[in-house]
Amino acid sequence: MLSSILHRATGIGATVGIAVLLWWIGALVAGPEAYATFAGHASSWYGLVVLVGVSWAVIGHTVTGIRHFVLDIGAGYELERNNLWATACTVLGFVLTALFWALLLLR
Amino acid sequence: MGNGTSIGRVRGLGAAHSGSHHWLIIRYTAIGSLLLTVWFGVSLLLLPNLSHATVLEWLSRPVPAIAMGLFILVNIWHARLGIQVVIEDYVHEQANKFACITALNLAAFAGAAFGLFCVIRLALGGA
Repeated sequence: MLSSILHRATGIGATVGIAVLLWWIGALVAGPEAYATFAGHASSWYGLVVLVGVSWAVIGHTVTGIRHFVLDIGAGYELERNNLWATACTVLGFVLTALFWALLLLR
Repeated sequence: MGNGTSIGRVRGLGAAHSGSHHWLIIRYTAIGSLLLTVWFGVSLLLLPNLSHATVLEWLSRPVPAIAMGLFILVNIWHARLGIQVVIEDYVHEQANKFACITALNLAAFAGAAFGLFCVIRLALGGA
Protein backbone atom coordinates (compact mmCIF):
# COMPACT_ATOMS: atom_id res chain seq x y z
CA MET A 1 0.00 0.00 0.00
CA LEU A 2 2.61 2.51 1.13
CA SER A 3 4.98 1.19 -1.53
CA SER A 4 2.40 1.80 -4.25
CA ILE A 5 1.66 5.35 -3.06
CA LEU A 6 5.38 6.07 -2.76
CA HIS A 7 6.04 4.83 -6.30
CA ARG A 8 3.43 7.26 -7.62
CA ALA A 9 4.61 10.13 -5.40
CA THR A 10 8.27 9.64 -6.34
CA GLY A 11 7.23 9.39 -9.99
CA ILE A 12 5.64 12.84 -9.76
CA GLY A 13 8.71 14.08 -7.86
CA ALA A 14 10.98 12.73 -10.60
CA THR A 15 8.88 14.64 -13.16
CA VAL A 16 9.64 17.81 -11.20
CA GLY A 17 13.27 16.70 -11.54
CA ILE A 18 12.96 16.85 -15.35
CA ALA A 19 11.96 20.51 -15.03
CA VAL A 20 15.02 21.17 -12.85
CA LEU A 21 17.20 19.28 -15.36
CA LEU A 22 15.86 21.42 -18.23
CA TRP A 23 16.49 24.61 -16.25
CA TRP A 24 20.06 23.42 -15.54
CA ILE A 25 20.73 22.59 -19.22
CA GLY A 26 19.08 25.84 -20.32
CA ALA A 27 21.23 27.87 -17.91
CA LEU A 28 24.29 26.03 -19.21
CA VAL A 29 23.45 27.10 -22.77
CA ALA A 30 22.53 30.67 -21.76
CA GLY A 31 26.02 31.28 -20.35
CA PRO A 32 28.01 31.73 -17.13
CA GLU A 33 25.74 34.45 -15.72
CA ALA A 34 22.55 32.43 -16.10
CA TYR A 35 24.42 29.40 -14.78
CA ALA A 36 25.47 31.40 -11.71
CA THR A 37 21.82 32.35 -11.12
CA PHE A 38 20.83 28.69 -11.28
CA ALA A 39 23.73 27.66 -9.02
CA GLY A 40 22.72 30.38 -6.55
CA HIS A 41 19.20 29.01 -6.27
CA ALA A 42 20.43 25.40 -6.31
CA SER A 43 22.86 25.95 -3.42
CA SER A 44 20.39 27.96 -1.30
CA TRP A 45 18.51 26.20 1.51
CA TYR A 46 15.29 25.89 -0.53
CA GLY A 47 17.26 24.79 -3.59
CA LEU A 48 18.94 22.03 -1.60
CA VAL A 49 15.56 20.94 -0.23
CA VAL A 50 14.30 20.60 -3.83
CA LEU A 51 17.47 18.88 -5.08
CA VAL A 52 17.62 16.39 -2.19
CA GLY A 53 13.90 15.76 -2.63
CA VAL A 54 14.21 15.30 -6.39
CA SER A 55 17.24 13.00 -6.05
CA TRP A 56 15.37 10.90 -3.50
CA ALA A 57 12.34 10.79 -5.83
CA VAL A 58 14.47 9.66 -8.79
CA ILE A 59 16.47 7.07 -6.81
CA GLY A 60 13.43 5.81 -4.88
CA HIS A 61 11.33 5.56 -8.06
CA THR A 62 14.16 3.68 -9.77
CA VAL A 63 14.44 1.16 -6.92
CA THR A 64 10.70 0.56 -6.61
CA GLY A 65 10.56 0.48 -10.42
CA ILE A 66 13.01 -2.43 -10.44
CA ARG A 67 10.74 -4.09 -7.86
CA HIS A 68 7.86 -3.65 -10.33
CA PHE A 69 9.88 -5.43 -13.03
CA VAL A 70 10.25 -8.41 -10.68
CA LEU A 71 6.52 -8.33 -9.88
CA ASP A 72 5.78 -8.09 -13.65
CA ILE A 73 7.36 -11.49 -14.25
CA GLY A 74 4.99 -12.91 -11.66
CA ALA A 75 7.51 -13.35 -8.85
CA GLY A 76 7.38 -12.18 -5.26
CA TYR A 77 3.63 -12.15 -4.59
CA GLU A 78 3.80 -14.33 -1.46
CA LEU A 79 2.63 -12.15 1.43
CA GLU A 80 5.78 -12.22 3.54
CA ARG A 81 8.21 -11.91 0.65
CA ASN A 82 6.13 -9.12 -0.87
CA ASN A 83 6.11 -7.17 2.40
CA LEU A 84 9.82 -7.75 2.91
CA TRP A 85 10.80 -6.37 -0.52
CA ALA A 86 8.33 -3.49 -0.34
CA THR A 87 9.98 -2.37 2.90
CA ALA A 88 13.50 -3.15 1.68
CA CYS A 89 13.05 -1.10 -1.52
CA THR A 90 11.66 1.88 0.39
CA VAL A 91 14.58 1.79 2.84
CA LEU A 92 17.07 1.26 -0.01
CA GLY A 93 15.77 4.43 -1.70
CA PHE A 94 16.69 6.49 1.36
CA VAL A 95 20.04 4.73 1.82
CA LEU A 96 21.12 5.20 -1.81
CA THR A 97 20.05 8.86 -1.72
CA ALA A 98 22.18 9.42 1.40
CA LEU A 99 25.07 7.57 -0.27
CA PHE A 100 24.76 9.69 -3.43
CA TRP A 101 24.91 12.95 -1.48
CA ALA A 102 27.76 11.70 0.70
CA LEU A 103 29.80 10.83 -2.42
CA LEU A 104 28.84 14.12 -4.08
CA LEU A 105 29.79 16.28 -1.11
CA LEU A 106 32.92 14.32 -0.11
CA ARG A 107 34.59 14.03 -3.52
CA MET B 1 -6.54 -10.36 -13.85
CA GLY B 2 -8.86 -7.69 -15.24
CA ASN B 3 -12.20 -7.85 -16.99
CA GLY B 4 -13.35 -8.86 -20.45
CA THR B 5 -13.35 -12.12 -22.33
CA SER B 6 -10.52 -14.62 -22.47
CA ILE B 7 -9.86 -13.96 -26.16
CA GLY B 8 -9.77 -10.23 -25.44
CA ARG B 9 -7.09 -10.81 -22.82
CA VAL B 10 -5.17 -13.05 -25.18
CA ARG B 11 -5.16 -10.31 -27.80
CA GLY B 12 -3.95 -7.90 -25.16
CA LEU B 13 -6.95 -5.65 -25.53
CA GLY B 14 -8.69 -4.43 -22.39
CA ALA B 15 -11.76 -2.21 -22.22
CA ALA B 16 -9.86 0.74 -23.66
CA HIS B 17 -8.36 -1.37 -26.53
CA SER B 18 -4.97 0.22 -26.01
CA GLY B 19 -4.05 -0.27 -22.36
CA SER B 20 -1.51 -3.04 -22.86
CA HIS B 21 0.36 -0.92 -25.42
CA HIS B 22 0.59 1.93 -22.89
CA TRP B 23 1.64 -0.55 -20.21
CA LEU B 24 4.39 -1.98 -22.42
CA ILE B 25 5.79 1.40 -23.47
CA ILE B 26 6.02 2.38 -19.79
CA ARG B 27 8.22 -0.71 -19.28
CA TYR B 28 10.33 -0.16 -22.42
CA THR B 29 11.02 3.46 -21.49
CA ALA B 30 11.70 2.40 -17.88
CA ILE B 31 14.56 0.17 -19.09
CA GLY B 32 16.12 3.04 -21.03
CA SER B 33 15.54 5.40 -18.15
CA LEU B 34 17.17 2.98 -15.70
CA LEU B 35 20.36 2.71 -17.79
CA LEU B 36 20.60 6.45 -18.46
CA THR B 37 19.75 7.46 -14.87
CA VAL B 38 22.65 5.32 -13.63
CA TRP B 39 24.85 6.93 -16.31
CA PHE B 40 23.74 10.41 -15.24
CA GLY B 41 24.22 9.79 -11.50
CA VAL B 42 27.67 8.22 -11.94
CA SER B 43 28.69 11.03 -14.32
CA LEU B 44 27.73 13.70 -11.78
CA LEU B 45 29.85 11.91 -9.17
CA LEU B 46 32.83 11.50 -11.54
CA LEU B 47 32.93 15.14 -12.67
CA PRO B 48 35.58 17.04 -10.68
CA ASN B 49 33.04 19.79 -9.97
CA LEU B 50 29.79 21.18 -11.37
CA SER B 51 31.08 24.56 -12.55
CA HIS B 52 29.88 26.06 -15.84
CA ALA B 53 33.19 25.34 -17.61
CA THR B 54 33.40 21.74 -16.40
CA VAL B 55 29.83 20.80 -17.30
CA LEU B 56 30.10 22.63 -20.64
CA GLU B 57 33.26 20.71 -21.56
CA TRP B 58 31.59 17.44 -20.50
CA LEU B 59 28.42 17.91 -22.53
CA SER B 60 30.34 19.17 -25.57
CA ARG B 61 31.77 15.71 -26.08
CA PRO B 62 29.81 13.44 -28.48
CA VAL B 63 28.96 10.49 -26.23
CA PRO B 64 27.82 12.52 -23.19
CA ALA B 65 25.83 14.80 -25.51
CA ILE B 66 24.03 11.86 -27.14
CA ALA B 67 23.43 10.19 -23.77
CA MET B 68 22.06 13.44 -22.34
CA GLY B 69 19.73 13.85 -25.34
CA LEU B 70 18.45 10.31 -24.85
CA PHE B 71 18.24 10.82 -21.07
CA ILE B 72 15.98 13.86 -21.57
CA LEU B 73 13.84 12.16 -24.25
CA VAL B 74 13.27 8.82 -22.53
CA ASN B 75 12.47 10.43 -19.18
CA ILE B 76 10.01 12.90 -20.69
CA TRP B 77 8.38 10.03 -22.60
CA HIS B 78 8.18 7.87 -19.45
CA ALA B 79 6.93 10.79 -17.33
CA ARG B 80 4.35 11.72 -20.00
CA LEU B 81 2.89 8.20 -19.77
CA GLY B 82 3.07 8.07 -15.98
CA ILE B 83 1.44 11.46 -15.40
CA GLN B 84 -1.28 10.43 -17.90
CA VAL B 85 -2.15 7.51 -15.60
CA VAL B 86 -2.27 9.86 -12.60
CA ILE B 87 -4.59 12.24 -14.50
CA GLU B 88 -6.85 9.39 -15.61
CA ASP B 89 -7.03 8.14 -12.02
CA TYR B 90 -7.98 11.43 -10.39
CA VAL B 91 -9.58 13.65 -13.07
CA HIS B 92 -12.91 12.11 -14.02
CA GLU B 93 -14.78 15.04 -15.55
CA GLN B 94 -14.37 14.72 -19.34
CA ALA B 95 -13.59 18.37 -20.15
CA ASN B 96 -11.08 18.65 -17.30
CA LYS B 97 -9.44 15.40 -18.32
CA PHE B 98 -9.17 16.61 -21.92
CA ALA B 99 -7.61 19.89 -20.73
CA CYS B 100 -5.14 18.08 -18.46
CA ILE B 101 -4.03 15.61 -21.14
CA THR B 102 -3.68 18.45 -23.66
CA ALA B 103 -1.56 20.48 -21.23
CA LEU B 104 0.51 17.38 -20.48
CA ASN B 105 1.17 16.79 -24.19
CA LEU B 106 2.13 20.42 -24.77
CA ALA B 107 4.49 20.39 -21.77
CA ALA B 108 6.06 17.07 -22.80
CA PHE B 109 6.76 18.10 -26.40
CA ALA B 110 7.88 21.61 -25.41
CA GLY B 111 10.22 20.15 -22.80
CA ALA B 112 11.64 17.63 -25.25
CA ALA B 113 12.17 20.27 -27.95
CA PHE B 114 13.81 22.66 -25.48
CA GLY B 115 16.05 19.94 -24.02
CA LEU B 116 17.20 18.65 -27.40
CA PHE B 117 17.80 22.18 -28.68
CA CYS B 118 20.02 22.89 -25.66
CA VAL B 119 21.97 19.63 -26.00
CA ILE B 120 22.54 20.10 -29.75
CA ARG B 121 23.63 23.69 -29.23
CA LEU B 122 26.10 22.62 -26.54
CA ALA B 123 27.42 19.74 -28.63
CA LEU B 124 27.90 21.84 -31.75
CA GLY B 125 29.64 24.61 -29.85
CA GLY B 126 26.99 27.29 -30.17
CA ALA B 127 27.20 28.25 -26.51
